[in-house]
Amino acid sequence: MTLLEQFQLWLGGVWPDWAAYIVPGIVGILIVLAFVVISVIIFIWYERRLLGRFQVRLGPNRLGPEGIFQPIATAVKILLKEDIVPAKGDKIVHWLAPVIVFVPVLLIFAVVPFREGAILTDLNVGIVYVVAISSISTVGIYMAGWASNNKYALIAALRTVAQMVSYELPVVLAILGVVLMTGSLSMTQIVAAQDVPFAVLQPLGFVIFFLGTVAEMNRSPFDLLEADSEIVAGYHIEYSGMKFAMFFLGEYGHALAYSCIITTLFLSGWQGPLLPPIIWFLIKVIAVFSVIVWMRATLPRLRVDQLMSFAWKGLLPMAIINLFIIAAEVLWLPEIAPWIIVAINFVFAIVLVLLWSRLFTLGGGRVEV
Amino acid sequence: MKFERYGIGIAKGMALTFKHLFRSPITVQYPEQKLEVSRRIRGNELVWFVERCTGCATCAKACPQGNIEIVTHVGDKNNYVVDKFEIDTGRCMFCGLCVEACPYDALAMGRSYERAQYRRRDVILNKEQLQVSDVRQPSGYARPRIEATLPKQNLLVYWDKKEGGQKLSWLGLSKKRGRGV
Repeated sequence: MTLLEQFQLWLGGVWPDWAAYIVPGIVGILIVLAFVVISVIIFIWYERRLLGRFQVRLGPNRLGPEGIFQPIATAVKILLKEDIVPAKGDKIVHWLAPVIVFVPVLLIFAVVPFREGAILTDLNVGIVYVVAISSISTVGIYMAGWASNNKYALIAALRTVAQMVSYELPVVLAILGVVLMTGSLSMTQIVAAQDVPFAVLQPLGFVIFFLGTVAEMNRSPFDLLEADSEIVAGYHIEYSGMKFAMFFLGEYGHALAYSCIITTLFLSGWQGPLLPPIIWFLIKVIAVFSVIVWMRATLPRLRVDQLMSFAWKGLLPMAIINLFIIAAEVLWLPEIAPWIIVAINFVFAIVLVLLWSRLFTLGGGRVEV
Repeated sequence: MKFERYGIGIAKGMALTFKHLFRSPITVQYPEQKLEVSRRIRGNELVWFVERCTGCATCAKACPQGNIEIVTHVGDKNNYVVDKFEIDTGRCMFCGLCVEACPYDALAMGRSYERAQYRRRDVILNKEQLQVSDVRQPSGYARPRIEATLPKQNLLVYWDKKEGGQKLSWLGLSKKRGRGV
């Protein structure tokens, strides 16, 4: 029973039924909404500072202690800007697109377990819900690209769709590995099943899922849809003011959401010694986000064909083989010896990565990808 | 078997950027921190030494723009007394010809470089404003004797406390490191 349901039950003795049902729900939604917005603001600041340090700069440090109020100043600046709709653009779709990008990100947090019971709804199909909901924002990005009546925006939108279709497959196959071992689709059950984190039990699945989600949240080195140097700003080239802020929030919210999902699926969620569970959860989320920023600071952007071939030739076959291996292990190996599974999976991960990296060699002055 | 082909290249790159986390930033926080400029900088705000000036107006003749206005009268000891010495720094292009032309070293380029003014009339500097003060120091341009006394130019902020730097306050990461690069 989640904390929300306990609250509803307790309130049911005092208030009429309908109020006892609705009010705790609204309170829970407000708490999650506040968590998302506040952590997105903190993440924006954190990424800019961390990226600065990776590039031997300081990053924003003027506003407030260590520049902590910089994202707020940026938000105020963005909100004060004029809202422009292109003259020949599709106005209704142009208005609708930022909402459709941002709202699914919030919906993901309905099934993120912050600790035992601290989850809005403990859906029994939680992870399927996440996969389904997170795909919707692609539609929003495509709408933004279409409604802007701008060639760069449309190119970016088409790239996003291709990227999402390609990377959804290996991501879902990697999730299936986790689901096979857990025997449940519920996020709470997945966390509860991880005495040994799945990142250790299924290293290859973890790597595939991590790379796939980084591609899905459209961050560097897979940020082809807003490649500044090629298509200027991509799908939000014609956006300004509040609508741009929605895209911006949606992008960082996506990063936050996927950090939470990675933590839940592979890094054993809230579990950890000594510290309270929610602190462990936040530590893991920040660690995942730091690695994503680290990748952004290091790796150059992929070409479109490289991106496609990395998904279809690299991640997808590896994900399928990984799924077969895990299925065989779940079927035949006893559950009492996780370390045997760990050893087997590590060997398979290394062998597979070595084999598949033959496909992506650069050599002889010719790029064969 | 080249390991560059098996993801080692990416690992190397990631390791390199990770090392950068522990280096001191090379950012100069401008209004608070300032670098030493070149000793021979042709900065703005020329410096005029009233006691050495004979009012010969060689500088005014050397000026390609005609920015220097100088008015004198004959004093008691058969010398020129300077009544008016004005330089329109708004039109000055800092060629330094007036400084090179001065036979008595009475004019020098300044070291300061923050010359923004709110009024256009404020960039015309008069006799009193041109003299040496705390903010108006002469540079070593065409004046080797002044140059010898000036501190050397630096291009980076020094974070090491022993070299007069200040400590960095971003999670205290770079406390023990040396200079900026």
